[in-house]
Amino acid sequence: MIRFAAFRLLSLCLSLLAASLVVFCVIEVIPGDTASFMLGLNASPEAEAALRSELGLDKGLVARYLAWAGGMLTGDFGTSYTYRVPVADLVAQRILVSLPLALYALILSTLIALPVGLLAAALRGRAADYGIMGITQLGIAVPNFWFGMLLVLAFAITYRIFPAGGFPGWEAGFGPAMRALTLPAVALALPQASILARVMRSSVIETLDADFIRTARAKGLSEGQAIRRHAFRNALIPVLTIIGLQFSFLLAGAIIIENVFYLPGLGRLIFQGITQRDLIVVESVVMLLVFAVITVTFLVDIAYALVDPRLRRR
Amino acid sequence: MRTPIQLKIGALLTGLFLAAALVSLFYTPHSVTGVNIAGKLAPPGGAHLLGTDHLGRDLLSMLMIGARTSIAVALVAVGIGIALGVPLGLAAAAHRGTWADEVLMRGNDLIFAFPSLVIAILITAVAGPSALNAILAIGIFNIPVFARVARGAALSLWTRDFILAARVAGKSRARISAEHILPNIANLLVVQGTIQFSLGILAEAGLSYVGLGAQPPTPSWGRMLAESQTLFYSNPGLAMFPAGCIILTVLGLNLMGDGLRDLLDPRLRRAVS
Amino acid sequence: MIEISNLSLTIGTHPILRDVSLSLEPAQITGLVGESGSGKSMTALSIMGLLPRAARTTGSITFDGQDLRQTPERRMCAIRGNDIGMIFQEPMTALNPVQTIGAQVAETLRIHGVASRAKAQEIAAQTLARVGLPPEKVPPDRYPHQLSGGQRQRVCIAMAVALRPRVLIADEPTTALDVTTQAQILTLLQDLVQQDGMALLLITHDLAVVSQLADRIAVMQNGQLLESGPARSTLTAPQHAYTGALLAAAAHSPRRAAPPKGRPLLRVQNATRIYPTARETPFSPPGELRAVDRVSFDIKRGESLGLVGESGCGKSTLTRAILGLDALQEGAITLAEAPVTPDMPAETRQKMQVVFQDPYSSFNPRHRVSRILREPFHLSGIPKDLPDRIAKALTDTGLSPEDAHKYPHEFSGGQRQRIALARALIAQPDLIVLDEAVSALDVQVRAQILDLLADLQARYALTYLFISHDLTVVRAVTDRTMVMQAGKIVETGPTEDIFRTPQHPYTRALLAAAPRLETI
Repeated sequence: MIRFAAFRLLSLCLSLLAASLVVFCVIEVIPGDTASFMLGLNASPEAEAALRSELGLDKGLVARYLAWAGGMLTGDFGTSYTYRVPVADLVAQRILVSLPLALYALILSTLIALPVGLLAAALRGRAADYGIMGITQLGIAVPNFWFGMLLVLAFAITYRIFPAGGFPGWEAGFGPAMRALTLPAVALALPQASILARVMRSSVIETLDADFIRTARAKGLSEGQAIRRHAFRNALIPVLTIIGLQFSFLLAGAIIIENVFYLPGLGRLIFQGITQRDLIVVESVVMLLVFAVITVTFLVDIAYALVDPRLRRR
Repeated sequence: MRTPIQLKIGALLTGLFLAAALVSLFYTPHSVTGVNIAGKLAPPGGAHLLGTDHLGRDLLSMLMIGARTSIAVALVAVGIGIALGVPLGLAAAAHRGTWADEVLMRGNDLIFAFPSLVIAILITAVAGPSALNAILAIGIFNIPVFARVARGAALSLWTRDFILAARVAGKSRARISAEHILPNIANLLVVQGTIQFSLGILAEAGLSYVGLGAQPPTPSWGRMLAESQTLFYSNPGLAMFPAGCIILTVLGLNLMGDGLRDLLDPRLRRAVS
Repeated sequence: MIEISNLSLTIGTHPILRDVSLSLEPAQITGLVGESGSGKSMTALSIMGLLPRAARTTGSITFDGQDLRQTPERRMCAIRGNDIGMIFQEPMTALNPVQTIGAQVAETLRIHGVASRAKAQEIAAQTLARVGLPPEKVPPDRYPHQLSGGQRQRVCIAMAVALRPRVLIADEPTTALDVTTQAQILTLLQDLVQQDGMALLLITHDLAVVSQLADRIAVMQNGQLLESGPARSTLTAPQHAYTGALLAAAAHSPRRAAPPKGRPLLRVQNATRIYPTARETPFSPPGELRAVDRVSFDIKRGESLGLVGESGCGKSTLTRAILGLDALQEGAITLAEAPVTPDMPAETRQKMQVVFQDPYSSFNPRHRVSRILREPFHLSGIPKDLPDRIAKALTDTGLSPEDAHKYPHEFSGGQRQRIALARALIAQPDLIVLDEAVSALDVQVRAQILDLLADLQARYALTYLFISHDLTVVRAVTDRTMVMQAGKIVETGPTEDIFRTPQHPYTRALLAAAPRLETI
């Protein structure tokens, strides 16, 4: 198990290295002269020169990459050109909105999808199964940001149960903060839960066809016992893959849905960064998002090994 | 063989929007470039079948052209994914266990770490927003999807004896991939194609909603939703039409995918999730 | 103890079983034999009450005076595993991969509420020891993937017998196992029957296995039970013509010419193939597995050479090297003096063809037979007389020229092996490698294919390399036999000598383990 984790950790580091190279290339190499790109057409040569030295553009590419990557490692993300404050400070507040939102949605989606999928599998072929599958089919098709608008209309405007938008900050306390994140999380979770429930259902059904379920039945387990004791854990293996993939969708979805709920998350920061051509902000936030996705992939791999003993030896 | 009912409904819905998109190429009830503030927010009926938006543009015409944008973006993105992903997946399977397989698959994992939105952000940051960016972003994300599906299905075929027989006959791995593997995984790729098509529609809507997709004045469903958002609580009907279009198109494609899967090969249920 | 009378079974509109009557007695082994699709397994699942949902039965299955067909599901759960145990064919997939073997055996006890958690674990460990998995050698906290196929089948047996059921049903329990492992499992089953006085229903396609084990034999064909009676009389004086035909086919030995004394066609010299194995730590060097280890032999023109050995002995690796699919690390292979390598020229490649084991995976399902038969000409170019050649190859293998327009799925398993032979013949090869080519076939079809092989060999002076795990077949159709173990050839000689007076201890062990059909 430790060896498995060590291998995965090594591959995590390699992925991060490769991803950082990709981000660096796109942002700092492809535009050509980053300084003139950021300042636009009307910039004075003096301003460009000043920015160039500020960004360290007079140094070689390798030196720039090392300085940037090294800075990221030590928490120094550079200084935002438009805000004139360290990017790290900007990001720190925002990520405390986006990341909890994505995780909240992930937990919601998993908590809804697994029992629903299991239920549909147990009732396969009956009316309830078709009903559940029909609803999930619809759930997949609904754009989450529009569903968010509907939720606001229903639960914030018609019935004033949740705030319509905004974020009081974590300093306002856990309860109010979670209240502000609930509607966006539900909006995000619905399509993902629909997908996950379908995966869970087909995975359970497939596992029910496995030889070891027949063995279990021959031992005297009822069908329900066979599902609970043997099918569930084996069916989780493909479901875990999907949960891992969903995190990246949820993180991306969180950034989009922040617009619906006026949440001060990474999304607002990055879209401002794009309009103001503040490449330093864009570069750091993108790298941070990719870092989050790769880390979750790593955690899913570890969870895999916990569920499936066959993987531990590799 | 009986045509599954989902396939019929799915094909009908998809065909409807496809037809709307095609018709919009040479006919729309009204022009959508002109702004007519006086005729803004007209209710459905009359000269404007579905009413007008906050700038007085005809909603039906907007939706028709929006269908064109959405479908074109998603379809080209699927094309990119198939054109690049399938050969990569076939190559990886043909050279299973070698460094080439390893490099291709690790490359795949790397792209998976970049959600479409992040790719779109990166491209937009250096090249400015456009519909092309959305195509590229979704298309790049499709590459590893198709590569994985192709590789997984190809791997199980490579263990079959008819592949060994072909190798005994002296056929190269590339030739075997084209002649024996590809036709046998085509069903699977078609099904995955419809799934990615529907995901592409959703992704395009999301990107144009946040302004990273098609730019004004080109209408797109996602941006219509964004524009209707400020009026949503006073005028929720305005958002219903584009949202309905997105939902029905995606639903149609998904039903079609499920139906195709059942029709082409019941065993595919396992392979595609 | 169990009395099946007039059991009929339909799934949808398909009749599966018709009027099957059979009884199982304590401390007796009843062998249920028949070809694939004859309804053996469905009979077993009827007793267990584990039929597919769509199945409908009539008749009765009485156990201790109660009709199992009428017994409610709750009560059946209490009977399964407690009174009636069952083991299945495929030990590799029969166990839950994410649970320890001890837990899976203990579950039988826990589910029937006969023991506390701790006590159940203790009994599980004892049961595992009883079936030959003592805790000091195979601890109960192992997972299934850490065990060999034979060990897993022992775990399945332990689960089935943990509560000492009165009836045990074994559905092809050794079909997936090597011959030496098969012998051990069969002995174990025999011992358990004697010790516990169980009734054992042993389902198998292998007449030799029943002939060695069963007290009574029942024969099934097309969902009907043709005859059942004491083993000895059924084997020596079968009542039904079908049983006689089965027995004759199992013992069938095609007529063959005397072994040739020609020059060597295929020469294998010092062939060695090494695979790297997984690294212990990320930084240690990879280990190595010598899959084929300095193997040397010749096959004379017109000869049939048998290659026998258990799974993992290196047969497949050697075959791939001989077919020129993989390169050797050391040594050389020549075919009619021309070197055999992955990039040998078309002339060499065409002189050597192959027939595989599985008739269902041997052909691209999307190609017609005519296209399948064209494939061997890939390197040399399509000959002008291709249609004639296709017609001739199909006729030679007992098919008709019109079959060229059909797809593989339109043929039965035996016919598909004929197509595979036609594909091998069409390029007019010298050597045909028969890689377990008759192993997947039912016994009667197998006899026909063996005859066809002998006939073709005589007609076209073909040379065969006959690879098989089935010693009876090898004895019937080869001139010389090689025995392979752990990458090495441990014994070679004329087939009759090997079978009569084996020299190497491994050969002796193999022959001792192989079940023999004892008829007369």
